[in-house]
Amino acid sequence: MTRRGTAYLLMLPALAWLAVFFLIPTVTLVSQSLQEGSLEEGYVVTGNVGIYADVLRDYAPQFLRSLLYAGIATVAALLIAYPLAYTIALKAGRWRNVLLVLVVAPFFTSFLVRTLAWKIILGDDNLVVDALRFVGVLGDDGRLLATPFAVICGLTYNFLPFMTLPLYASLEKLDGRLLEAANDLYAGAFTAFRKVTLPLSMPGVVGGTLLTFIPAAGDYVNVEFLGTPQTSMIGNVIQSRFLVVGDYPAAAALSVILMVTIVVMVMVYVRRAGTEELV
Amino acid sequence: MASGEDLRLVDVTKRFGPMVAVDDLTLTIPPGSFFALLGPSGCGKTTTLRMIGGLERPSEGRIHLGEQDITDRKPYQRPVNTVFQSYALFPHLDIYENVAFGLRRRRAAEVAQKVTAALSMVELTELARRRPAQLSGGQQQRVALARALVNRPQLLLLDEPLGALDLKLRRQMQLELKRIQTEVGLTFVHVTHDQEEAMTMADTIAVMNQGKVEQLGGPTELYETPATVFVANFLGQSNLLPASVSGRSGDDLLLDVAGSRVVLPAGRSRSTAEQLFVGVRPEKLHVRAAGDATLPDGHNAVTGVVTDASFVGVSTQYVVRVPWGQDLTVFVQNLHSGDRFQPGASVMLHWAAANAFGLDGTEDPEAGRIIDPELVQ
Repeated sequence: MTRRGTAYLLMLPALAWLAVFFLIPTVTLVSQSLQEGSLEEGYVVTGNVGIYADVLRDYAPQFLRSLLYAGIATVAALLIAYPLAYTIALKAGRWRNVLLVLVVAPFFTSFLVRTLAWKIILGDDNLVVDALRFVGVLGDDGRLLATPFAVICGLTYNFLPFMTLPLYASLEKLDGRLLEAANDLYAGAFTAFRKVTLPLSMPGVVGGTLLTFIPAAGDYVNVEFLGTPQTSMIGNVIQSRFLVVGDYPAAAALSVILMVTIVVMVMVYVRRAGTEELV
Repeated sequence: MASGEDLRLVDVTKRFGPMVAVDDLTLTIPPGSFFALLGPSGCGKTTTLRMIGGLERPSEGRIHLGEQDITDRKPYQRPVNTVFQSYALFPHLDIYENVAFGLRRRRAAEVAQKVTAALSMVELTELARRRPAQLSGGQQQRVALARALVNRPQLLLLDEPLGALDLKLRRQMQLELKRIQTEVGLTFVHVTHDQEEAMTMADTIAVMNQGKVEQLGGPTELYETPATVFVANFLGQSNLLPASVSGRSGDDLLLDVAGSRVVLPAGRSRSTAEQLFVGVRPEKLHVRAAGDATLPDGHNAVTGVVTDASFVGVSTQYVVRVPWGQDLTVFVQNLHSGDRFQPGASVMLHWAAANAFGLDGTEDPEAGRIIDPELVQ
């Protein structure tokens, strides 16, 4: 068999996987969004494109809130994860592997259980709230739970490992001699970081922010446990349209819009970050 | 340009834990010189360079540049730039920006003009917009050189800069470096384990061994009158004949080498001990058939048997076993085509007394005869 033939053959399982679990569902989703009818009488495809405008109008606040919360959580995760990954990769020495295991450790318990734990941490009359009330950051009846803050905390916490690991991977490859060269060429520690370390870790920054932002924007569990209807994100709307109300076309249309929005944002972001040359 | 200042290392010691890398080193490097630190791996030469550049801090001692004490200055506060062994070019910047890096940090004027001039000096103007990964080893080496030189440092430090290049390119770059040094007139401090490289380029060489300088001098001086067995063996090859002093005649020492009378000018002996090594470089030994009675004036002679003869084109390399069991190496230029001595031939070796040198006979005769892992490729 020719080499080219072998290559195609090796790609076959992946292509089959993509067809069954990506292509077919996507086509189904799009066609579902163009259906009309009701749960009782069944839905038929009528090509009702107007539904996209309808759901956008009805659920614009939830859409924007999703992007905003996910954006804030991504920035927060980046600010927490970068020093963490930097320390593990460059300063931890023999503690490196222990710390890496600790970063991954949350995965040993369920996503739901971890989010529920935050419900207790941020709960009324628990340590954090009491302390904040005591120092006056929160009023006497102030709460953390059921606020946007709680939702963003949950998102940040849940996706932190996805930010940390790509950052670690790119910082770990950093050649210490480049920093010596930067020092030698009149760059102090901060300038060396800004001009050498940071640009060279951009693949990690881009990878980490994508792995955090994309799932965070579609998440509904954190609002479910830590938020209120006033903080609901697009994931919550899709979930209730699909599984509670049974309004399949609206739910499908919202899913398609979310998907397209994220793909467009990712493309713009990756191009702006200029990482094609680095990866 | 503030050149014209001495670099002085005073009693500099560097310890890494219990290991002493540099041991009480005192050294003065005059301005405008091409100074080489030469020694086997682990002799402390790179550590010395890193202390000059500010990448390591001495455990003891001070480093002065002219009137200024620079011991405690950070690398970015010193008028010193380094060409790193691995080049350490910034992979995310193109060649132009790599070269401009130091100028931009110091907010220098006329960056474009200086970068262009530096790139044309190393003949890389065409490649200004390439990334380091797209360049060959030799080109990367030249970028590293331009990136350091463009800042016009008082001192340029070169850490085994040619180590990664193949032999032919290395020879070419040696001449190039020497040309550039003459052109810009800066002080170059060059670290190498390659004695030929040091001799080709440097005007002063410090031979280092176990954190100390064994000998300091010009290439000719080091080669013709080595001060220690280590230098005699590390720089080129030496035949070291064990001898005891039996008397003196005018300015000459009369020596006894396993029963043979050998003469050595007293001024060419580094030691006044009773036991000496008489050192003769292989190319300074002459071979003739045994029984040929006429010796040139002022020559010493010993007899021996050829045990090996290798023809290497320009010369023939003989190994001659002498009566006391030592094997001497002899290089004979192939000035005439014709018969050469075959293994088994009885020969006489002779040399001009003034071409030999005397060393302390109590030193280890194998010192400096190191199989350096870096040299075995």
